[in-house]
Parts: sequence; C-alpha cells; structure tokens
Amino acid sequence: MKRRTLLKTAAGTMLAAGMATGLMAGSAFAQDTIKIGASAPKTGPLAGGAAVTYWPAVQLWVHDVNERGGIDVGGKKMKVELIEYDDKTSNEEAIKNYQRLATVDKVDFVIPPYGTGINLAVAPIIAKNGYPHIAVTAVADGLEEFVKRWPNTFWTLGTSQGMAQGIVDLLKKMKDDGTINNKLALVSVADAFGIEMSKTAKPAFEAAGFDIVYETSYPLTQQDFAPIISAAKNAGPDSFVAFSYPPDTFGLTQQATIADLPIKAYYTGVATAFPAFAQANGAAAEGVLGIGGVNADDPKIQDFIKRQKEVTGVEPDYWASPVQYASLQVLEQAITAAGSLDKQAVIKAIGDSTFDTIMGEWKFENNIITKFWTAGQWQGGHFKGVASTGLPGEVPIILKKGWK
Amino acid sequence: MMEILITGIVLGGTYALIAVGLTLQYGVARIMNLANGENLVFACFGAFWLWSTLAINPVLGVIFIAPVAFVLNWLIYVYALRPLVNRARNRGQLEVDSILATFGLMFIAQGVMLLGFGGGYYNYNFLSEPITILGANYGLNRIVALGAAAFIAAALYLFLNHTRYGTAIRAVAVDPTAAGLVAIDVPRASAFAFALGGALTAASGALLSTFYTFNASMGTLFTMKALIIVIMGGVGDVRGAVIAALLLGITETAVASLIDPGLTLAATYALFILVLLFRPQGIFGRHPA
Amino acid sequence: MTPLLATVTRKEARIALFGAAALAVAATLPLFDTGFYLSLALNVAMYVVLCTAWTLFSGPTHYISLASAAFFGIGTYSVALGIDTLPFPLLVAVGFVASAALAGLVGIATLRLSGVYFVIFTLGLAELVRQVVTWAQTNFTHGVGLYVFTDFTETHIYWMLLALAAIVYVTGWLVNRSRLGFALRIIGNDETVARHVGIDTARAKVLLFMISGGFIGIVGACLAPRFAYVEPPSAFNPMISFQVVIMALLGGTGRLWAPLLGVIPFTILFDQVSAYFPNHTSLVIGIAFMAVVYLLPRGVIGFVDDMRRLKKRFRIVLVEDEGALGKERAS
Repeated sequence: MKRRTLLKTAAGTMLAAGMATGLMAGSAFAQDTIKIGASAPKTGPLAGGAAVTYWPAVQLWVHDVNERGGIDVGGKKMKVELIEYDDKTSNEEAIKNYQRLATVDKVDFVIPPYGTGINLAVAPIIAKNGYPHIAVTAVADGLEEFVKRWPNTFWTLGTSQGMAQGIVDLLKKMKDDGTINNKLALVSVADAFGIEMSKTAKPAFEAAGFDIVYETSYPLTQQDFAPIISAAKNAGPDSFVAFSYPPDTFGLTQQATIADLPIKAYYTGVATAFPAFAQANGAAAEGVLGIGGVNADDPKIQDFIKRQKEVTGVEPDYWASPVQYASLQVLEQAITAAGSLDKQAVIKAIGDSTFDTIMGEWKFENNIITKFWTAGQWQGGHFKGVASTGLPGEVPIILKKGWK
Repeated sequence: MMEILITGIVLGGTYALIAVGLTLQYGVARIMNLANGENLVFACFGAFWLWSTLAINPVLGVIFIAPVAFVLNWLIYVYALRPLVNRARNRGQLEVDSILATFGLMFIAQGVMLLGFGGGYYNYNFLSEPITILGANYGLNRIVALGAAAFIAAALYLFLNHTRYGTAIRAVAVDPTAAGLVAIDVPRASAFAFALGGALTAASGALLSTFYTFNASMGTLFTMKALIIVIMGGVGDVRGAVIAALLLGITETAVASLIDPGLTLAATYALFILVLLFRPQGIFGRHPA
Repeated sequence: MTPLLATVTRKEARIALFGAAALAVAATLPLFDTGFYLSLALNVAMYVVLCTAWTLFSGPTHYISLASAAFFGIGTYSVALGIDTLPFPLLVAVGFVASAALAGLVGIATLRLSGVYFVIFTLGLAELVRQVVTWAQTNFTHGVGLYVFTDFTETHIYWMLLALAAIVYVTGWLVNRSRLGFALRIIGNDETVARHVGIDTARAKVLLFMISGGFIGIVGACLAPRFAYVEPPSAFNPMISFQVVIMALLGGTGRLWAPLLGVIPFTILFDQVSAYFPNHTSLVIGIAFMAVVYLLPRGVIGFVDDMRRLKKRFRIVLVEDEGALGKERAS
C-alpha cells in the first residue's frame, strides 16, 4: 500500500510541476521581462580574462537596467532576466550553449561570448537564430568579409589592423621627434591575436623606418621569459613591443624589471590594462604602454569604474570592460529605438542609430565601430589612453624611465 | 653561453620543484595523480592569502602550508584512494582507477578554488629584485626557488637512502608485495609517501607563486610538466626527476635563445619522446621484474 | 560477400537489425528539432564515434591513448586547409589517411612502451603536434585561424556522424572476427604468450592503432564545418583526449558497444550540470565523477551485467516470496 501512496504523490508532484511549467509558458504571452542569455568561460584557459572583462560588466549592466526599472520597450518598462552558462573555453560547448539559449530557454537576446575564436565559431549559430551579435572581446581582420556573410554581427573593440597601426604611429612619432632611436624588438604570442597583430605591425614598422633588431614568437601558456628578454636586451633597441596574452604580459614585464631592460618605450598586449598589472608591478608599471586604453578623465568612465567595483566587487580593466558595458547599452538603446523585441528590427536599429554610451557617442559604420582606443599608458597609477583612431581625451605619452 | 646554462638551471630548478612531489606519489603510492597541479595552485593561493592578509612571507609561509597539505593529502589518500588500491586486482586496474579518481579530484579542487578566488589572474611581488651572477641579472625569487629545490631534493635523497623509514619506502616503490612480506606496513608507507609528495608539491607551489602568474584553471599546465619529468626521470627516482628537470630547463632555454622561442614547448615534447624511445623506462628507470 | 554473410549467426543478425533500427530512429531527430536537442545529439554522436574508435584499439590491448586530440586536430586541419580548393569528401579521406599515417608512426615508435609510459607519451605527442602546427602557421602562413565556410548545417554533420558510427561498428565487428581481432585479444590477455604462439604483436597493434586513429581523424574532418573558424587551441584541445578516455572507461571497454553506455548518460549529465549549476560546473562534475568511480567500479557495462544477474536472482526470489505469501494467507 505504502508504495502506491508514494507513486501517487510522485504523480501528483509531476502533475503540479507540469502545471507550473504550463503557467509559466502562459505568462510568456503577457511578457514583462526580457530574457537575455550569456555564455562565456568560467573555467578553462580563457576564464581568467573573462573574470575581469566579461562577467562583471554584464552583471553591472543587468543591475543598472533593473534598478532603473527596466528597458523601455514601446513605452513599457521591462526588466531584464539574465541566464548564464559556462562555455569552458570550448567551441563545442559554446555552440551548444547558444543553441540551448535560443531553443530551450527561448531568450529574447544573447550576449556574445568572450574571445576571438569562440566569437567567430558561434557566429553561424547566433545568426541562424536571428539574434544580433554585438561582439566585444574579438579582435580580428577580415571583419568586412565576415559582416557580409553574417550581417547581424557588429564589432566594437576595433580591428587588429587599427590596433597595430596605433602603436606603430605612436612610436614613429617618437622616433621622428628624436626621443627614441629606430631600433625595435618585436615579440608575439603564437596565438590568433599575437600573430595577426605582428603580421600587420611588422611591415608597418618597417615602412615607418624602424629596424627590427629582434623578432620572435613564443607559445601560449609560456611562463618563463628570461631568454627572450635577454636576447632583446643584447640587441639594444629603444623600443620593445610584445603582442602578448594575460599570463605572459605579467611574465614579460617581471623579467624586464629583473633584467633592468634599458628601454624608452615598452609595450605589452592584453592584460596590460588590467588593474592587477599595476598591483603586480608596482612602480615598475609606470610608463608601460599597452593595448587598449580609456579616456581616464571622462567622468562617465570614472563613474563606471567606481560602480563596477561597488556592485560586483571586481575592478574593471581599462580597455574592454567599458566597451563590454557600452555594447550592452547599445543593445538596450536599440531595443528602445525599435520599440519591440523583434530581433530583425533591433538589428536594423543597431546598424542605423547613434548611441550614447560610456565610451562616448557610437555609430556603427558597416557594422564596425571605427573609433577606438589603440594604446594606453600607465601614468601615476592610472592606465590612460594615449592613442586612438579619433577619440577625444588622448593624453601625451611619457618615456619609460627605468623600472623602479 | 654561460647565461643560457644558468638560466636553464634556474628554470630546471623550478621544474624539479613541480615534479618532485609527483615522483613520490606515483613512484611509491602508485597513484598517477592528475590533480597534482591543482595541489600546487592551491598552495599558490595559500601563499598569496598569507602574504596579502597576514603579511607572512611565502618562504616562511611554507612552514604553514606544507603541514596543512600533508594532512590533507593523507586524508585524501586514506579516504579517497585507498579503497581503489584495495579493490584493484592488478597494477593496470589501479592505474585506470587512479586516473579516473584523480581526474574527478582535479575538477573538485578547481571548483573549490573558483568559489574561493574567482577565475581571475593573481600575482604579487616578492623578492622580484635582480641579483647579478656573472654579469647577467636573475630574479632573486627564482634563485631562492632554485636553492629550495636543491635543498628539498637533497633532503629527500638522504631521507630515502640513509634512513630506515626511507629504505622501507623505497622497498614499497620497488615491490609492494615483497615489502609487505618483510614486515613493512605497506598501506601506511604508501599513505606517508603520498602525503609527503603532496606536502612537497605544496611547498613548491608557495615558492613558485612568488614569480608565476596563476589562476584557478592553471593546474593542468603544471600537471603536464610534472608528468613528463617524472616519466622521463624514471618512476619513483628522485635523482632521475631532478636530472630530467634540469635537462628540460636547459633544453628549453637553449632552444629559446639559439633557435626560436616559438619552439620551446615543441622541444620539451620532442626531448621527452626521444628519451622514451631510447630509454623506455626513463633515465634511471629499471626494467620491471 | 556470400561466405562472410553465411557466417553471420542469428544473434549477430539480430544485433545488426536492432542497431540499424536504432540508427534509423536516431537519424530522424532533425525532423523534430534542429535546435538545442540536435546540438546535444551531435555532441553525443561525436563522442560515440570517438570513444568507439578509441575502444577499437584500447579495448583489446589495454593501452590508454591520450593522442585522440592529435588525430582529431589533423582531421580538422585537413578540411580547413583545403576547403577552398578540394571537394569535401576528398578532404575527409585526406584526414583519414593523414591521421592513420601519424598513428602508424606513433605505433612503430612506441610499441616498446607499456602502461603509463604509453599514456604520457601519447599525451606528449598530441601536444607536440599542436605546438608544431601552431609554430608552422605562425611562421609560414597568415594568421593562426582558418575560416571554414561551407553550406553544411548541423543536420548534415549529424547524419555524417551517424553514418560514420555505423561504419565504425561494422569495422569493429569485422576486426573482432578476423585473425587480427583474435590476435589482439591474445595480446591483451598476455603479450608474452601472444609472442610465443607466433603472433606478430607489433604489426597487429600498429594496424589497429592506425584504423582507430584514422576514424578519429574523420570525426575531426566532419566537425570542421561546424566551427566556421579553426585554430590550434580548439582543434587540438587536450580536453578531447581526456573526455574520450573517461567516457569510454566509464562505459566499459570490454565490448564494442560499451562506450555507448558511457557517452550517452555522461554527455547528458555534463550538459545538465552546466545548465543548472553554471557557476559550479567543475565542483559538481568532479563530485559526480568520484561517485561514479566508486559506485560503478567496472563501468556502466559492469553495472548492467550486475543488474541482469540481479534480475535473474530477483525472479527466483520473487517466486519464493509468492510461495511464502501463499503460506501466510493459508494460515
């Protein structure tokens, strides 16, 4: 007898659960929240970067929107509900996550993933489900081609072409001013980012009259840089440019400090703009150039930095974090501009409208943001933008004077 | 040339630190511990936490971290791994089971670190000042790590070869069944070796954290390096592991300086494969009876 | 063909029919859903083929290979490099040949190694291949990533994998009943004995490793169009090697279809974990993993066998019970 009661209870529970799902499905018709899905690494090799740049900015935005009462959709305020998945830094996992978001969770919009490779890999799935794809942490070339194939994709952080040209122009100007000589060491990580950057930068440096006295690449996940720094030191350049990734950016700089690399311009890649960089290197960080940058004097940026720390407890980086946030502001304003949750209308609004973001005024040209920060520099404990493709707020560059 | 050699030896010292704990765990306790790297990263976080909250310097921190790791690893062995040892009918079975179990352990350790510290990168500054040897600069923290590696390896060697209990442990490494017959408490010796290996790995982690950037997901990198060194040196042989580590450090540095830094990891694996081809039992390994 | 077919036993025919029916049912999935469930099924199909191909070699020989990622990546790269110039089927064939060739080389080089040495060797090999490919791309081509634009949808890839699964099963069956399979079983039981009875152990192992590696290469080739963008960290992802070993071992390696029992529940379990515990995937998967190792010591197949035996015993107990009940009522 007992078993039968148990069965009955189980059946009853299932029925109730079924009804609850039914009710929830029913309430979707009178929708008053916007479901937004996000998938990015929480584990795996890229988790370290995503933990600084991606997740906190996303959380802050959701917090901000809901505190304001929601997104204005055709005159009605709708709150945002965030669904997060971990892609484990794997393409297969990421593809599956977006499929789940689109067809099981039936989210209204998605936030694209973290990292160039994964962004490109999930583009077909996001496009197939008709969502706008506003990519942030993806720097690649050949984006024009990509946009033609997937017109729902939008690119906000800049192109590797532009980033590389930024540092080339900066150093060329210093060379022409006579503050540095024409000898340069060029180092890159053997990964999509490093290679694309150095492929673009190398001919540009040569065209600008630089003599590349040392050039090399090193494998991803390398932690020991003594041979590279000492070879660079022996070559005697005034400028050192490394298109590096998070752990190596730290390693290179530490080794440069130890070797007391005599250099006047020192540039490293991703993670130079992380607050952890200043913490790890202390006084040695002063004068270090890096990819990215922000308008450090802009009150909007200062407000963003302050609030992200308050709300999420994580200090943002000085490059992609505000862009990540701005990309979500674009989504928000495009939904309002479209006046509905219709994906096609929102895609059109993203392409056509002008947006007021913490990064300033944004307008996509052929789906790409063409005004972006290319280089910044640690000055007095802040990472300040020193070069951009036409943004206000560039500060003058200083020479690297020693490592103490 | 001298600089390459010294840099290589310093790097080799780091690698020896990474691998020496696993030599004991695999060689004596017969557990192919895939969570070895997580153990190391755990200690990195421990050292970081001691340094940033209590201002205890990492070298002193070892005094706290190693015993804690010893106890934890002892518990892990007794409660999680001994059942596998007992139920395994042969060495192959135990190998498969320990790979599976420690793989699970690896995930758990990663999960705990993610909960505690998030996924971001950590590093801090300790002794990262230059020290000049023969006209070239080296990081003081790395030299300290090299010294510690030499100390740990020598102490371990002396312990294993010149004490009674050490000899017992070596006997277990060679043949657990025979060791049991001559009145050695094999389960206890295995647990001790596993715990000691874990403590050594943790001590290394504390030292490495002074110059490596680490995050919760980084353990696998260290595990891979350690596995390669242990296998190259010959399972359970401390000398072999140290020599393999130095060989690896010097090879990597030479390849990076003379050929191309892009090929350092390729050189690691090529060297490893060559050693195995010509000495399938490792540098000091003996053919199994 | 006739002599071969004539030797098929009734039991084998029944299994074949059942297998074909199961495949046919699985193949209709895209008619119902082309969204998430197809993606999930595609991952299941991928790991089914990978694990079964892996078991082809590792099941009978007990060699644990961690080189799957190398074969997989080579397959992926064969397609990615040639997609603009050559037809897709030809590239898949290239992927097969290239992976099999690598497997052959590895086999010849590593036969003397056994146990854990082979495990770590194959792991090192997979990393070596990845590093060399990265280095070659860095220095001799433009960029590390390759775009793979095709008109294949997930449905097509899913069907390709199902077809491949069928081929792998048939191959496995053929190998099993051939002299090669017999030789391998003897090697697996005792290599010395095998050598003494005049089996060319080296040749047998290398051949089988090549077949196994070749199939893994094909899986990589078939999946290349799914990613649109191929780069070494994703193509040679070492997690592929680990997951293959783990799922296959969890299923059990004694029988050709045993990995299926590992792949299906665990892909679904991993997926559920990542859906419901997005912030604690590592922790929950780790605990689930340990639980499985302790509770299912001989893989799922061992559990299934136990259950069968239990069921038999249960029936007997039931009959006895009824007898007892009857007695009670009577009193």
